[in-house]
Amino acid sequence: MNSLPIFKRLVEKPWIWSYVGMIVVWLATISYTGGKGGADVLTAALSFATFTVIVGIGQMFVITTGPGNVDLSIPATISFSGAVAMKIMDGSNSMLLIGLIVSLGCGLVVGVFNYMLIRVLRIPPIIATLSSSFLVLSTAIAYGRGLKIKPPGLLAEFATAQIYGVPILAIVVAGFAVVMGVVLNRTIYGRSVLAIGQNMRAAWLAGIKVEKIRFATYVLSAVLAALCGFVLAGFSGGASLNMGEEYLLGSIAVVVIGGTSVAGGKANVPGIWGAAMFMFLLVTMLNTFGASAGVRLILTGLIIVTVITIAGGDKPQR
Amino acid sequence: MERNIVSFERVAKHFGAVRALDGVDLNVKPGECLGLVGHNGAGKSTLMNVLAGTLTPDTGVIGIHGKDLKSSYGVPKANENGIRCVFQELSLCPNLTVAENARIFHPSLSGWGWKTKTGAMITEKLDEIFPGHGISSGDVVGDLKIGKRQMVEIARAFTLTDTPLHLVILDEPTSSLDAITARQLLEFVRKVVGDGLSCILISHVLGEVLEYSDRIVVMKDGLVVSERPAGDFDRNSLVAEMGNVIEMDEISEHQEREKLRGTTAVVVEVASGTQKLQAHQGEIIGLAGLAGHGQTGMLLGIYETAFGGKATGNVNGPVALVAGDRQTDGIFHLWSIAENIGVGSLSRMVRRGLIDPVAEAAIGETWQQRIKIKTPDMNNNILSLSGGNQQKALFARALASDAEIILMDDPMRGVDVGTKLEVYDLIRDEAEKGRTFLWYTTEMDELYNCDHTYVFRDGLIVADLSREELTEEKILHSSFKETA
Repeated sequence: MNSLPIFKRLVEKPWIWSYVGMIVVWLATISYTGGKGGADVLTAALSFATFTVIVGIGQMFVITTGPGNVDLSIPATISFSGAVAMKIMDGSNSMLLIGLIVSLGCGLVVGVFNYMLIRVLRIPPIIATLSSSFLVLSTAIAYGRGLKIKPPGLLAEFATAQIYGVPILAIVVAGFAVVMGVVLNRTIYGRSVLAIGQNMRAAWLAGIKVEKIRFATYVLSAVLAALCGFVLAGFSGGASLNMGEEYLLGSIAVVVIGGTSVAGGKANVPGIWGAAMFMFLLVTMLNTFGASAGVRLILTGLIIVTVITIAGGDKPQR
Repeated sequence: MERNIVSFERVAKHFGAVRALDGVDLNVKPGECLGLVGHNGAGKSTLMNVLAGTLTPDTGVIGIHGKDLKSSYGVPKANENGIRCVFQELSLCPNLTVAENARIFHPSLSGWGWKTKTGAMITEKLDEIFPGHGISSGDVVGDLKIGKRQMVEIARAFTLTDTPLHLVILDEPTSSLDAITARQLLEFVRKVVGDGLSCILISHVLGEVLEYSDRIVVMKDGLVVSERPAGDFDRNSLVAEMGNVIEMDEISEHQEREKLRGTTAVVVEVASGTQKLQAHQGEIIGLAGLAGHGQTGMLLGIYETAFGGKATGNVNGPVALVAGDRQTDGIFHLWSIAENIGVGSLSRMVRRGLIDPVAEAAIGETWQQRIKIKTPDMNNNILSLSGGNQQKALFARALASDAEIILMDDPMRGVDVGTKLEVYDLIRDEAEKGRTFLWYTTEMDELYNCDHTYVFRDGLIVADLSREELTEEKILHSSFKETA
């Protein structure tokens, strides 16, 4: 294996295409502007991609547990957790830790609730998480008095701080992604998720505690969505009810473009970063070209389809 | 002289470094039953895939009805020429009904009432081959037990509309059938062969091949090593040609070994009707009876009890299961052979909180040696193995784990004689070391490896036979209701 040229080994990685797409789109953008603002675009992409990566990792674990598994309650959870955290902290730095704990607690509750719907009431995950998202969002609206509140200064500072143009938050989340990559490939939990995604019955018969793993996965996804809501509210100067909206398709798209199999059982973390950057840079590029909103949407759709086709070109086994 | 239906010359097919076929000649005459035997990985299934058109050979002459079709040969050509295949890995669509699956072969059944027409056709064929099969043409295939799925697949291959039918390939057709239905099928095969149809019969049950074939071809390492009329072979010469040094007598040697029942602690105890299933530590317990009469249910009940689900009885000790229906219950198709084995021992491979790749590779290596998995590299995908070798990997998964009680759900489907004897040895050794085996099998011979046998009928235990009492007659007698 080691004798293979590095290039060939890279091409075999499912996540490589998201990075190729990212670089191509970035080059296209800066060549249009004549090299101006290339670094600024990257900084912005890193900032915004960070939030997609946080929820994308949770969504990746859910999707990997097999066909039909997806978490559609992520946007509602982001808005809910952000609103509750802002209200609790009320702009005070001393409440920061408590705010974070309550925010993650919101995620925990949503995750447990999602799993209960799926397991106890036997509702398909798509319907279960979609309907729970209505409940969660309604709660956030009822709780909506937190919406005009500014985040604590420390949180806002942390969420927007940069070193040499690299957002601190992006560095932290990159580290977190490395940890989750290890969790996926080198822990019993990760292996179990991959096994369940290939064949749930075989996984059960191989001694894997299927339901505990699924429970943990839905909770993980909701808790990460809550964490995203917490930092996103800090980043954008407060919570809003629609701040999670773009993460519905965003979280799924980055997982798929990143090379994770929609059929389950096969996943990777690096691709999520590449795909999140790619998605942001793509929209930036189309904006730079001066494309109208309609053209932008059409091109975004076409380009995503193209990347998935190239990246998803798995050789069939035997 | 009549033209051969099939005349292959020097057909070769390589998968990477694996030479699945290394230049094979094969002829099939009209109106003959050709037996094909060989070890797992000898190339039988690959050859049949070439014949059915699902694999394209690298080189060679594909002569069908006297014409070389090499370049254009594929599944449509095979159908056109009346060649059909019943694959070892069942190829029915699980979400469709029996009738709908039958329709796939027969585009001419269309228009109003096609379902009724197809249903009548498949039911008639099932009645003809397997009287008393108990399958309705409206049943969804996914809901049927593996034995019944196999019956449907076989019956479908023999249905006739406007496409010709000259040759049916039966790849391990009896592996999921019990003794009675297997006999029904083989009698049917003799009848249609008498009417001028040809069959290729692949089976690891050598008795079937010897008794029901006209001619036998023996394969080994991708080559045909012997080809003679069936009458010129007997069991021992066939085994010898396959390159198997272990004599069948060794089975009886194992049988000499006796175990005093009840000298060790009871590890499994489950009530079933008026009877009770009991397994003592270190025993090998056989679950017998016709296929689908509650044996698998019993094993799954024990499995669930061990994992703290529902409690159907007492189970003392960790449990592992060897699946027989390996595609549905066993393998993880995206993983390597080593990963497929290691998944049963995850917690033992953890070093400082993480799974240690070295420990995982070590388990893979150990079991490649112990159970002789035929592959150049344990990091290859599990699907690169032949069916029998995949099954060995599933054995390795269970035996490599720390389970003290091993449940086996008719695990020897599609496994060759040599491998079986090796696995029997392994089971014996492990039982001596104190592991307990509960073994559901549809093959009579395997019950002679057991210390004690329970016979099932209609989901309940109806007979309880010790080693000395065990005879084929007793098992068959208990398998049927007295009124039948």
